Amino acid sequence: MPTLETTFAGIRCMNPFWLASAPPSNCGEQVMRAFDTGWGGAVWKTIGEPITNVSSRYSSIDWNGQRMMGLNNIELISDRPIEVNLREISEVKRRYPKHVIIASLMVESKRHAWHEIVQRAEDAGADGLELNFGCPHGMSERGMGSAVGQVPEYCGQITEWVKEKARTPVIIKLTPNISDIRMPARAAKQAGADALSAINTINSITGIDLDTLEPRPNVDGKSSHGGYCGPAVKPIALNMVQQVMSDEQAALPMSGIGGIGVWQDAAEFILLGAGTVQVCTAVMHYGYRIVEDLADGLLAWMRRKGYQSIDDFRGLSLPNVAEWKHLNLNYKIVAHIHENKCIGCELCYTACWDGAHQCIHLDRALPTPNTSRTPEMIAAESRGRISTTPIPKLDLNGPENTGPYSTPLARIPRVDEHECVGCNLCSLVCPVPDCITMERVDNGLPAETWDERVNAGLVTEGSVTAGNPNI
Amino acid sequence: MSFFDQAPDTPRIAARFPDLHPPFNKIAAVTEANRCLYCFDAPCTAACPTHIDVPRFIRKIASGNLEGSAKTILDANILGASCARACPVAVLCEGACVMHRYNQQPIAIARLQRFAMDALYESSAPLPFAPGADTGKSVALIGGGPASLSCAAELRRRGIRAEIFDARPLPGGLNTYGIAEYKLPLAESLREIDLLTQLGVQFHFNSTVDAKKLAALESSRDAIFLGIGLGAIHRLGIAGETLPGVTNALDYIADYKSGQVTSAPERVAVIGAGNTAIDAANAAARLGANEVHMIYRRGPEQMSAFAYEYEHAKLEGVKFLWHMKPVGIKGTEKVEELELVHLEVTSDGSLLPKSDARIRLRVDLVILAIGQGTHTDFLDSPKINLERGRVVIDRVTGQTSNPKYFAGGDCANGGREVVDAVADGKRAGNGIAAWLEGQDANA
Ligand SMILES: Cc1cc2nc3c(=O)[nH]c(=O)nc-3n(C[C@H](O)[C@H](O)[C@H](O)COP(=O)(O)O)c2cc1C
Ligand code: SF4
Ligand code: SF4
Ligand code: SF4
Repeated sequence: MPTLETTFAGIRCMNPFWLASAPPSNCGEQVMRAFDTGWGGAVWKTIGEPITNVSSRYSSIDWNGQRMMGLNNIELISDRPIEVNLREISEVKRRYPKHVIIASLMVESKRHAWHEIVQRAEDAGADGLELNFGCPHGMSERGMGSAVGQVPEYCGQITEWVKEKARTPVIIKLTPNISDIRMPARAAKQAGADALSAINTINSITGIDLDTLEPRPNVDGKSSHGGYCGPAVKPIALNMVQQVMSDEQAALPMSGIGGIGVWQDAAEFILLGAGTVQVCTAVMHYGYRIVEDLADGLLAWMRRKGYQSIDDFRGLSLPNVAEWKHLNLNYKIVAHIHENKCIGCELCYTACWDGAHQCIHLDRALPTPNTSRTPEMIAAESRGRISTTPIPKLDLNGPENTGPYSTPLARIPRVDEHECVGCNLCSLVCPVPDCITMERVDNGLPAETWDERVNAGLVTEGSVTAGNPNI
Repeated sequence: MSFFDQAPDTPRIAARFPDLHPPFNKIAAVTEANRCLYCFDAPCTAACPTHIDVPRFIRKIASGNLEGSAKTILDANILGASCARACPVAVLCEGACVMHRYNQQPIAIARLQRFAMDALYESSAPLPFAPGADTGKSVALIGGGPASLSCAAELRRRGIRAEIFDARPLPGGLNTYGIAEYKLPLAESLREIDLLTQLGVQFHFNSTVDAKKLAALESSRDAIFLGIGLGAIHRLGIAGETLPGVTNALDYIADYKSGQVTSAPERVAVIGAGNTAIDAANAAARLGANEVHMIYRRGPEQMSAFAYEYEHAKLEGVKFLWHMKPVGIKGTEKVEELELVHLEVTSDGSLLPKSDARIRLRVDLVILAIGQGTHTDFLDSPKINLERGRVVIDRVTGQTSNPKYFAGGDCANGGREVVDAVADGKRAGNGIAAWLEGQDANA
C-alpha cells in the first residue's frame, strides 16, 4: 500500500498537505478543526507586530460562471498579538503532537528582532519556521515582506540571522514579484536555509467597478494593488517551482504553493520537485473538507502508477522541462478531426482562420474543394440560403439525413494536413473531448534541436543572438 | 394609455396559470449563456424562422450586455418576447442546437431570450430603433396579429407609414387572445406591442374590414398587407351543436385570458387533438374541471399536437379517448351528454364505426377544436389568387398575385406558429419596401 507519509527538510509529516499561512490558519481553533479533517500540517498565519486591516480586503475574478478563479487580497499579517498566537501554537502542538506546525514569521529587518521571534516561536513548539519575504502590500512599505524578498542580499542577510538562532528547519517563502525567482532562492540557500516555499501572492489589480470607476476591493472609494492567488496562478507557480528546483544553486526541499485545489494539482507540484504542498484559496472557497479528495485522489493515482511514497515520483518531470533550444525541431504533428465525434459547432474552423493558419475548411460537401472561401463568405452564403425556413416537423420528411455521422457532413470541418502547422489551437477550442487529436506525421527526419543546428554550423551568422545573461 | 395598461386585471387567472417555464435568475442565465458554444454559422439561427442571431444575443447575456442582447433579438424579431414564450423551441432553435449531438441538453435559448427581453422592459429603456426618414408612402395592414405587427415594424424602420386595422379592441391577435396564459400572458403580449407605438405604427381598433372598406383602402394607400389569420373553428355538423355549453377552443381561450371565464364546470370534453385543443383542455383542467376528456378520431401517432404538448396534457390530468367520434350532443336546456362511437381503422386507412353501439359521456361543456376555416371570402378571388381559401404568396417577398397586395401568417400558410407569422410579416415588410422603391425607380 502506498503511503502519504513523508519527511520534509527533516520534519516528519503524516501527509504532504499543509494549510498555507493565511486566514485558514489564523487561530488555534481553526487549525485544530483542519487537523481533524485530515490536514497534515499548517503554516500559521504570519506572526509579527499586530497590524490593522482594512475592509473590504478581498476581490476576485469569476470566469464563465465559475466563482473565484482568481482571488486578490490586501490583507496583512496576523492582526492578533504575538503572545496569543504563540500560546495557541503551544496548545495545538500539545494536543496534536504528530501534526506539523510551522510558524510563519515577519518582523522588522533587524537582527535582534529576528533572534527574538525565532526563539519565542520555537519555545512555543513550532516544528519549523517559514520566513515571509513575500507579502506584496502594506508590509513592503514598512521594509518587510516583499521589500526583503525582492532583494537577494536582504534575503540572504535575514536568513543568516535566523539560522544563527534557529534549532528547527528554516523555510524561506519566496515572492513571485521578481523577474528571476532563482536569485533570492540562491541567496537563501547560500545563507543556509533548509527549505523553500513558493509562491506567495502575485501583485494584481483585479478590476474596476464600471459604475463607480472605483477599483476593487473597495476601501472607501480607493484600492491598492493586492496579492493574487487561486486556480489562476497555478501555471505561474509551477513555472517558478520548476525554475528553482532545476537550478543547482537554488534547489532545496520545496513546499509548493499556488492554486492547489485538487489532487492533480498537488501531483504536478510534486512531479516538479515539491516535497509538500500548501493550500489557501481552495480552503477559503470550499473549506477544510477538500483535503479528503487531495489525499484520496493522490493515493489512488500513486497506486495506479505503482509509486509507494511521495519520494518515488518527486521531481520526475523536472528533466522533461527543457530550454526551447533543446526541443526537437523535426517533430511534426497535424490536427485530425474524428468525424464520428464532431458536433458541428465549427469553432475549430473560425479559430484556425482567425487565430491560426487558415487550414481548416468547410468544403466537404462541395464537389471540388474550395479553400479560398473565408468565414465571412460562408456566413453570407448561408444567410442567402436560409431566407425561408423549413420547419422540421411540418416540412421535412423524417429527421434530417446526416449520412454516416451524427452531424451533417457539410458542417464537419476538414483539415488540410499539408498546411496545418500543428499549433494545437483547434484541439484546444474543440468542446468535445478527443474529437480533434494531434497525430504524429512521420517525416523521416531525425530529431534535431536548435542548439544542435547552431553547433553544427547550420545556422547563419547573425541568427544567433548574444547570450541571455540569465541563462 | 399604453396597451399594457389596458390589460384586464385577472388575479384569479394569474394565480391559476403561473409560468410554465419560470424565468431564469441572473446567475442561472449567465451560467446557461456560458454553456453556449458560440457556433459559427449556428444551426440554431438557421432553424429560427426569423433567424435571430442566437449565439450573438446569448454571448451578450454572458457578458452582461443585456441591452445589446435585447437589441440583437428585436433586430431580427420584433416580437422576440412573445416568441421566447410561445415558440415550440424543441422543434425549432433548441431542436437544432449542436449540443444534442453531444448527449447534452440543448442550450435553453428561449429562456435566455426571455431573460434578455424581460431585462429590457425592467430597465424601461426605449425601443433601441428609430423609425426611418419618412418616405411619404403608406401601407394599410389588415389584422392586428403577429404577421401585421412585424410587417409594420419593418415598414416603419424604412420610413413607410403603417396603419393596422383590427376587429378586436386590443392588438396582437392570437398572441394576445389565443396562447395559453401559462405560456404567454395577455399583458406580456400587449407590453411588447407598446414598442411598436414607439416606432409610430398606428392602430385602428374595432374596425372590421369588408370588401368595400378594402377597396377604399386600396385606392388610398400604396400597398395592402393581409395578416388576417384564419376564420371560425369548424363545426361538427351534428345534432345539439347549438345548445348552450358548446363552445370552441379559440373563444374559450380568449375568454379566460381576458377574465370573462374564471371557472370550469365539472366535466369537460374537448373534441380534437391539435395544439390548440390541448391548450383548451389544460385550461379547463386548471379552471377547475374534475374530468377533462379529449376526443380524437385517430390514435396518438396521428395527432397534430407536438409530443411534449401531449405529455404536458397528461400531467395536467387530461384523459384521452382515441378512435372515438362524436355523433350527437344531448341536453334539454344545456349540454348534458356526448354521444360517441368507437372507430376502427380499416386496411385502406379509412375510419369506420366499430359497431352501432353508442358510448355516452356525461359532460357540462363541449369545446370544439377541430381546425379553423379561412375567412378570405371578402377578398375578390380573381384579383388575388387563393388556394383552398389560403392566400397564395411568394414566400420570399410575401407578394400575392395582385402586386399591390402582400400577405403572410396563418391566412397564407394555413396556420402555423407565431414565429412563422412574424417571419412572414418581416419578409413581406422587406418585400413591400423593395416593391415600392422599384416603382419609384420605374416612375
Ligand atoms: C487573504 C490572504 C491572506 C494571506 N496572508 C498571508 C500571510 O499572512 N502570510 C503568508 O506567507 N502568505 C499569506 N497569503 C498567501 C498564501 O499563503 C498563499 O501563498 C497564496 O494564497 C497562494 O496559494 P493559493 O493559490 O492556494 O491561495 C495570504 C493569502 C490570502 C488569500
Ligand atoms: S470544434 Fe470540434 S466539434 Fe466543433 S466543428 Fe470542430 S471538430 Fe467538430
Ligand atoms: S493545429 Fe493549428 S494550424 Fe493545424 S488545423 Fe489546428 S489550428 Fe489550424
Ligand atoms: S447551436 Fe446551441 S451551442 Fe451552438 S450557438 Fe446555437 S445555442 Fe449555442
